[in-house]
Amino acid sequence: MVVAASLSAPRHHFGLRHAVVRRRGSTLLGPVTLALPPVGLTIVLGPNGAGKTTMLRAMHGLDRLSEGEVLSDEPLQAARRKQGFVFQSPIMLRRSVRANLAYPLKLDRVPSGQAAEAVERWAKRTGLTAVIDNPAPSLSGGEKQKLALARALIRKPELVFLDEPCANLDGRSTREIEELLSEAVEDGTRIVMTTHNIAQARRLATDAVFLFQGLIHEQGPADRFFDQPQRPETQGFLKGDLIE
Amino acid sequence: MNDILQGLVSAFWLVVTFDADLVEISLRSLQVSLSALVLASAIAIPLGTWLAIRRFRYRRATIALLNALMGLPPVVVGLIVYILLSRSGPFGVLGLLFTPTAMIIAQVIIITPLIASITHQAMRDLWADYHDLLISLNASKRDRIAALIMDGRRTLLTASLAGFGRAIGEVGAIMIVGGNIDNATRVLTTAIALETGKGDFALALALGFVLIALAIAVNVLIHVLSRTERAGRW
Repeated sequence: MVVAASLSAPRHHFGLRHAVVRRRGSTLLGPVTLALPPVGLTIVLGPNGAGKTTMLRAMHGLDRLSEGEVLSDEPLQAARRKQGFVFQSPIMLRRSVRANLAYPLKLDRVPSGQAAEAVERWAKRTGLTAVIDNPAPSLSGGEKQKLALARALIRKPELVFLDEPCANLDGRSTREIEELLSEAVEDGTRIVMTTHNIAQARRLATDAVFLFQGLIHEQGPADRFFDQPQRPETQGFLKGDLIE
Repeated sequence: MNDILQGLVSAFWLVVTFDADLVEISLRSLQVSLSALVLASAIAIPLGTWLAIRRFRYRRATIALLNALMGLPPVVVGLIVYILLSRSGPFGVLGLLFTPTAMIIAQVIIITPLIASITHQAMRDLWADYHDLLISLNASKRDRIAALIMDGRRTLLTASLAGFGRAIGEVGAIMIVGGNIDNATRVLTTAIALETGKGDFALALALGFVLIALAIAVNVLIHVLSRTERAGRW
């Protein structure tokens, strides 16, 4: 994947230090320490229940850490303003596609003319122009996911978290989402994404993290991670073995 | 059966002849109930929404109390408002007793918990859907409430209409605080009670049919104006 060499947006350090998430007595994540590279697309891999979603939610401030901290140059609230999150089951506001796209800009008090222009541009970019005035909840799964991604990207965030954005999508929708992600990375957006799809991970990742039983077992640049995995769990997972 | 038939015929003639008394008390019924509805909705909708998204120490107790207040006996509400507004009461100086304003106050007290409780239930479900997205988008508390009210507006309309239904059909409280004074505080329900007491069942029934027709008409009108139940809408 090509990553823009020079990016105009200021880059902030971001990650987790000794982060632990516990719920009802059981540890869902951690302790994990992770520093995100300043650019690129990080793929988080791991079996079900490994803590992938929990880690993304904790980094974005949706889930509270039981221990440790989110590493950021700014307070979490301010950092979140420069982030987006796309959920595995896309959450649609009960409004039109247009109103869904416009909502983040409305929150940012972007002038309506400017917002309308951005909405049209993103609808075109995501192929949603034909359904722009349709109710968002009536869209197909692929369209909903594209809308959720466009809504996250319309603010030009520095960092976007995606929780299995292509789960349950067909090949065509997956390819469209992947193209949008590649364009976003080229535009300078930092992406952290979970997936079960190893082929997709190979196609998109600039670096990868392998989570297993709530702990980071391996992480590194994509080439090394996929070609020379060091840990037996990672090797087994990448080969398609069932690991528990 | 004969009374019902006679009531229907009387109702028909009262309506087609634009009976002056009927028009007056019907308009007063609408004025009192719609005013109470607007005031109660202005209090109950933000309150119910706020309760749905805020976490505070006595939240459960507050919700339980709100639900319990849905069953407030109107006669007791009427009695309390009567005492508060009577000459010797704390608000006696305002001279509101036996006026439509007193009737509106009593109805606001009766229907606010009902609208707030239905709002809370609806908004709680919507908040469960929207929570992660609105937090992720950094929406302020005010923006969150606005988004919930905007997107849940059709459910809120139902809540308000339930309040209107209770208000327009209410008799106990407004009889006490309004006094059922002719040309002043008489409304459809108190007129029905009066005619029933006098033994004029046909007229009482006629007024009853007009009341039902009025309630249906207001509901239909509000649904039409708010464009609910149309294809492609929520």
